Order: sequence, then C-alpha cells, then structure tokens
Amino acid sequence: MRVASDLIASRLLGAFAGTAALLLALVLGFLMREAAPVLSAGHVWHFLTDDGWYPLEQRLGLLPMVWASLAVLLGALLLAVPLGLATAVYETFLAAPAVASVLRLGMGLLAGIPSVVYGLWGLTMLVPLIAGWQAPGTSLLAAVLVLALMIVPTVAITGAAALARVPLPWLQGASALGLSRRTLVMGVALPAARGGIVAGIVLAAARALGETMAVLMVAGNVVQTPGSVFDPVRVLTANIALEMAYATGDHRAALFASGLALALLVLALTAMAHLAQWGAGHAP
Amino acid sequence: MHNRINRRQLLFAALGTGASTLSSPAWSAERLTLTGSSTVAPLALEIAKRFERLHPGVRVDVQSGGSSRGIADARSGAAQIGMVSRALNPDERDLTASTIAMDGISLIVHRSNPITTLSDDQVKAIYTGQIKNWREVGGSDRTISVVNKAEGRSTLELFLAHYQLKNSDIRAQVVIGDNQQGIKTVAANPGGIGYVSIGTAEFEASHGAPIRLLDMAGVPAAVAEVRKGRFPLSRPLNLVVRGEPSPLAKGFVAFARSTAVHDLVEAQFFVTLAPN
Repeated sequence: MRVASDLIASRLLGAFAGTAALLLALVLGFLMREAAPVLSAGHVWHFLTDDGWYPLEQRLGLLPMVWASLAVLLGALLLAVPLGLATAVYETFLAAPAVASVLRLGMGLLAGIPSVVYGLWGLTMLVPLIAGWQAPGTSLLAAVLVLALMIVPTVAITGAAALARVPLPWLQGASALGLSRRTLVMGVALPAARGGIVAGIVLAAARALGETMAVLMVAGNVVQTPGSVFDPVRVLTANIALEMAYATGDHRAALFASGLALALLVLALTAMAHLAQWGAGHAP
Repeated sequence: MHNRINRRQLLFAALGTGASTLSSPAWSAERLTLTGSSTVAPLALEIAKRFERLHPGVRVDVQSGGSSRGIADARSGAAQIGMVSRALNPDERDLTASTIAMDGISLIVHRSNPITTLSDDQVKAIYTGQIKNWREVGGSDRTISVVNKAEGRSTLELFLAHYQLKNSDIRAQVVIGDNQQGIKTVAANPGGIGYVSIGTAEFEASHGAPIRLLDMAGVPAAVAEVRKGRFPLSRPLNLVVRGEPSPLAKGFVAFARSTAVHDLVEAQFFVTLAPN
C-alpha cells in the first residue's frame, strides 16, 4: 500500500518537474520563433558586428548592451556580496538577539520593496547627486548602486539561512578548541555554508540581470559600450521594455533576439555556478 | 437560382429598413477595417472598442503598419478607413481626410534654466552633439544633457521628421520611454533638455514639476496653440476614406471626431480638436 502511494507521489512530482522543464523549453522555443526573421539569412552576425542599435535603420548591434548588462551585474555583485555576507555573519554570530531580529526584519522589508520604488528613489535622489559630480547622472554607477541595494537582502537572507544550518557541534567543537571568533567564522562556519551562500549569490545575480524597471529609470539607456562608470548605458532588459510597446516587424523580432541573448546569458551564469559548486562540500 | 438571389436581397432590404427604424442603424452586423499609422492605431483601437460597445454586432478591426499603408489600403479598398499621422500630400487629394486629434510635442528644460526658446538650428546642433554647453546658446555655464526617446515612439518620429534628423545622428546622454520618465529625467537634471507630448508637459509644469516648455518660432508651447494648428512641432492625426464612404465608416469617423471620445484622446496624450 505504502509502495503504491510512493509510486503515485513520485510519478506526480516527476510530472510537475517535467512540466517546469518543458515550460523553459517552450519559452526558449517561443523566443527563437519570434526572433526567426532576424536570426535567419545570416543576420546573426549583425548582432555581433553592427556598430549600433538602430533597428529602424537595420543596425542591430547587441554587444554594447551585453557588455553593459555584465558590467552592471559585476559592479552590483562586487558591492552587494561583501555587504550581504557581512550582514549575515553579524546577524548570526555577533549581534544581540534583539538586534539580529530587527536586522532580519529590515532585510525582509528591503527585499520586499518593489523595484520601481528603488528606481524612483534612484532617479530623484541618487541621479541628481551623481549629476552634481559628473553630468548627466543617469549612468552605469547609478544602476550599479541601485541594483546593489536591491540584491543585498537576497545575499544576506540566503547567507544567514545557510550559516544557521551549520551543525552546532562543529561550532561548539571549534569553540572548545579555543579558536578565536574570527577563525570560527572564517575557517569553520563560512566554508561549511559555502553551498548555500553560492546559491544565494547566483539567485542575486539572476535577479540583477533580470531587473528591468529600476535600471531603466537610472541607467540612461544610451546604447554604448561603457567606458567609465559615469557613462549612461542600456542593459538588455531595459532595451526590451523601452521599445517593445511600439515595435513592429523586424524591430520586434530584433527585440525578441535580445531577449534570447539575455536568456542565454542567464543560462551561462547558472551553468558556471554549477561548475563552481562542483565537488564543493555542502553543509549536511 | 435567380429567383432565390432576388428573394434574399429582398429579405436583406427588408431587414435593413426594419432595423433602421429601430435605434440600432442598418449596419449592425457589419465589419469595419482600419489600417495605417502606428501613432493613430492605439487611439483608434480604444475608439473602436467603445464604438463596438455602443453598436453590438459591429466588428472593428484595427491594424497598424504606417501611414503609407493607411493611404495605400484606403486607396485599394483593403481597408475602409486609413489612419494617417500627417496632413495629406497634394497627390493624395483623391482621399478625404478627417482629423480626429492633434499630436504635439514640446521641448522641455529644467525650470532653473534661463533659456526660453531655441531656434531650429540650435536644437539640431544640441541634439547632434555640436553644442555641448548651455553657454553656447546664451545660457549659464552648464553641460547639456540630451534626453532622447526610445526607437519606435511616435514622439521620436515627429521630432526627427521636423528637424530632418536620423536617430543615429543624435548624440543622447539619456534615452527614455514614456513622457513621465522624460519629465522626471529633465526635472532631476538642471542641464537637461528633452521633448515630450505637449499635453503631459503642460499638465506637469502647472502641477509643480520644475520644468519649462520652450516656445518655438515665437509661438508659445501650449495645447491651445497646437489645437489652432499654429505650433510648429505638431501634426494632425487623420482618418482617410476614398470617395463616398459606407454608412458604417461614416458613422465611425463622426464618432471618432465627437466629444464622446475626448477622454480617450487625452489618455493617449494627444490634443483634442476645438469643439465645433
């Protein structure tokens, strides 16, 4: 009897998992179909070789936007990962219980604020601040700062959860050995929680790559390869959001192609994270 | 055979006369097709929805594809009504145009900027990156931030057509999507210059947004001037028909010009016509 119900459960769950995988395949297939008019007939090279994005003039260079997306992502991660991890470590090992719970609440709130609100804050507070320093203000830097703020909670919350799962005996053993608190955190807790921490960072990276509204409002959206942090840039998501509503024909197909490029970027990122985690010890 | 057709025609005629005496007009089960300008299409679509609700059974199809398609389809009969976002050319006099709204855009700068007007050449030089500082056009010593619209927007199309520019000629510091984003961007940047739908700009400026609308060629930037057809950066949004239109097409055009759709026109940031 129990075996039969197990069989049913496993079949059912398998079907759900299969559906999720199928949906991904369908989305990719749909993107390819819609992008087909510009993907066929040797057009693919246009995406890599054209010197600008002027779809109505048949110039379809996507590379500047790929670089911009990666630059924004890298900058946001460079700021958010240390900040988020420091928050997680402080909350788990150093803070008084009351402070830790306030911190947890704050991070949860930060994670829940809609991105458009971050965008509005960035546009009305951050951008004028940067503009006073280097015009026009809407820039790679503004996008990096707003995005970093948005993904710090993701890194901090998943990091704290991973640290909380480190077995207590390990920490007690380390204490009993007379290790300093610094060694306990750096040498025992963080390595033991590595799997969960990396998973959290990947999640944050995916959120940063997929973020549209906030970046759209503060990045300036000029299609160019960023030369400095004060340059306005356009990321792939913003490109779709800006132009889709009014695009027809090949212009529309080219936007689907930039969606495809974004999907491939996220897939590559996830694959890299899997490789990085290969063989890494997970906390039991 | 002959007989049957005659009888069917008779039946239709009877239905027609019968129906016309009721509140619903004779064309209650007909289909109307509009094609053309992608600027007019979203507005026409909203008008069509309301029209369909008022006349159950009528189906109105709206397809975009550019003003040239609107002209071509109205000529060939592929569509009963063409949508054209400009005045008709002299060689298009075989068609009859009815203006349903005006589309006008205004250049905007930050309110702290002392500039009140710019010549066409100055605007061109600013947007192509030849003038980079407000000092060069008589303003204060401040870097200009050029705000441009994203490709595919009708405001961009009108702007480019008026100044005879290509989008790839423009050297922008910020590219924006909708009008609100344009206003917020210029409001946040004392060196900014942008262009947005004139109705939105006028509304926001009078409700505290720190922006100024620039006069053009001595004409104040105002909805009223667009309505009079005097503001240079504006164009009529037309429905065009060839010859004597069907009663249904005639009814739709009249409805699109009536005050019953003014809220729809304003929702799309266009300017309503002066009430006749």
